[in-house]
Amino acid sequence: MNSTATEGMREITYREAAREALHEALTNDDRVFLMGEDVGRYGGSYAVSLGFLDEFGPDRIRDTPLSESAFVGAGIGAAIGGMRPIVEVMTVNFSLLAADQIINTAATYLHMSGGQFNVPLVIRMATGGGLQLAAQHSHSLENLYAHVPGLKVVVPGTVEDVRGMLLTALADPDPVLIFEHILLYNRKGVLPVQAGAVDIDQARVRREGTQVSLITYGGSLWKCLDAAEVLEQQGIDAEVLDLRTLRPLDDASIMATVTKTRRVVIVDEGWRSGGISAEITARIHEQAFYELDVPVQRVCTAEVPIPYAKQLEEAALPQVSDIVAAAQRVVNGHG
Amino acid sequence: MNEAPKPLPDNVDGEHALALFTEMVRVRRFEEKCAEMYSKGAIRGFLHLYIGEEAVGTGIMQSVAPQDAVVATYREHGHALLRGIPMNVVMAEMFGKQEGCCRGRGGSMHLFDKDTHFIGGNAIVGGGMPVAVGYALAASMRGQDAVAWCIFGEGAMAEGEFHESMNLAALWQLPVVFCCENNFYAMGTALERSESETRLVEKARSYKVTAEVVDGMDVLATEAAARRAAESTRTGNGPYFIEFQTYRFRAHSMFDAERYRCREEVHEHELHGPLRIFAARLQASGLLDDEKRAALEAEIAAEIDAAVAFAEAGTPEPVGELTRYVYSEAHV
Ligand SMILES: Cc1ncc(C[n+]2csc(CCOP(=O)(O)OP(=O)(O)O)c2C)c(N)n1
Ligand SMILES: [Mg+2]
Repeated sequence: MNSTATEGMREITYREAAREALHEALTNDDRVFLMGEDVGRYGGSYAVSLGFLDEFGPDRIRDTPLSESAFVGAGIGAAIGGMRPIVEVMTVNFSLLAADQIINTAATYLHMSGGQFNVPLVIRMATGGGLQLAAQHSHSLENLYAHVPGLKVVVPGTVEDVRGMLLTALADPDPVLIFEHILLYNRKGVLPVQAGAVDIDQARVRREGTQVSLITYGGSLWKCLDAAEVLEQQGIDAEVLDLRTLRPLDDASIMATVTKTRRVVIVDEGWRSGGISAEITARIHEQAFYELDVPVQRVCTAEVPIPYAKQLEEAALPQVSDIVAAAQRVVNGHG
Repeated sequence: MNEAPKPLPDNVDGEHALALFTEMVRVRRFEEKCAEMYSKGAIRGFLHLYIGEEAVGTGIMQSVAPQDAVVATYREHGHALLRGIPMNVVMAEMFGKQEGCCRGRGGSMHLFDKDTHFIGGNAIVGGGMPVAVGYALAASMRGQDAVAWCIFGEGAMAEGEFHESMNLAALWQLPVVFCCENNFYAMGTALERSESETRLVEKARSYKVTAEVVDGMDVLATEAAARRAAESTRTGNGPYFIEFQTYRFRAHSMFDAERYRCREEVHEHELHGPLRIFAARLQASGLLDDEKRAALEAEIAAEIDAAVAFAEAGTPEPVGELTRYVYSEAHV
């Protein structure tokens, strides 16, 4: 996880890694095209597709009108029609205008049609808070989609994953939603020179530890790794499990870390009530209850629409200090 | 366009014309100050400036009665000020202070004010439209003479919510004035890349809504159009649609590198900007000279400086208050 390039490795930002994957997909498969609001002339709202319009032309880099339901639905139709669309929705907040197409259409067609119509659609969207964008631009709603059978939900936290997961998602016969945390785009990491597709069905231990498991994903991964550093200085040895995929959840990896450390803190930028952290907690209780030394703890976003003011936003979102405190509590035996 | 500026028509009251101009300058200078405060880091998040479009909001607000509601977008500082929300509390909101109109929770994109029925500040494109329809529904059911002024950009007309709202308002003959601020871009997407029918009034007419298009750079034209709309809706003729043709002189937000348009295009519009053309007409009519201009600028600058001082001196909303207003306090 260090960011200095060693031999055979190179340093790259998350944005560039996402961009490389898109570039590779567009280059290697004529059926792939990118569509969404401002992906072309504007260069992508987070500048991921900058320059693509010149290179691939307006047929394959399609600026759409503001009409999330229509262009996401059109992505479904195009996927059924033999193309491999990558639809970009600016943020998960706006995806709610397309939630009908995603949940009632993309997720159901294969099943409702008795296996006849699969939907090989990839939808990318930004998620998360931390830029003081207030309550209509900052929420982490990926758990809503993780609720829905028929969808796959991936949450790349590293440069390797944001690059490789797109390629794997494109090869998948069914709809895959990719969530990119807004604070990660400028973050640097290292990639093998020959980076390629990665699996999208397994969680990964990002840091080995023995005393407490921090289970997390996406933007919170880095907060957990920072918290683990702080804990190490306090003599607490934390393991960090990166879920990578929220649907399907990798139960085996979750139970393995629970069994190893016997103490769990789940860190999720979504809200606690009805969130993915609740689902994980339930599964641990179902499958590994007797492995636990103390009850599971959760660090989630406060139960408020995320506010604008800096001090309020910081207080609302999970912070490293909150994670450290929760880990200390479970290690000291009071969950 | 090298013609000499036309004096004002005879039927326009000089004092009133000067007041319109002053309001536009007030919004312009406020927005410039916001940009400055943004670069200093005092304002954060997304900031969308109204520079270039001042004649639209100024014209509209002349016909907005005290009992009316205004539903706006994230580019709404101008509308908020013109509607009468004090500058101090608007600036304090952008500074994230307790003294702000939303106690720092909303910021630039989410200004609200109960007293003036200013119902946001909505940053979901198209999101305010059904709300405006509903407010008008309540007014009509309660027999109140209130109009809902629904302000949105042309980009929003591609959303389903526009079409659903227009249909409902027309079907139920509700007092909504749909005010489309057509600045010809939705972020980087030009109108002709967004709409198959770029004559926007045709869309409204297809719902049997009275519709007109006006020069949004001419404050007298925008004012007159809003007056016609108000008269029509207030006398029970159902919704009204106005397309105001205007232009945004600045980037979409502070994050926009403006790759989709050239400097020359912006410059061309700036030459015909709403302040510039109206100032020339006032001068041609003998209503404005350098001395008067300097005096009104000084007065506005003083108000803005005071607003910044007020915002700076404000209290950051305490973190202990974070969970307030998720539910109504009287009911908890
Ligand atoms: C539903 C939704 N989709 C996308 C966005 C991102 N977005 C914010 S403003 C904007 C452009 C809107 O253009 P227009 O309606 O013309 O208003 P203008 O900004 O030009 O005033 C876009 C795409 C959003 N806020 N909401
Ligand atoms: Mg526009």
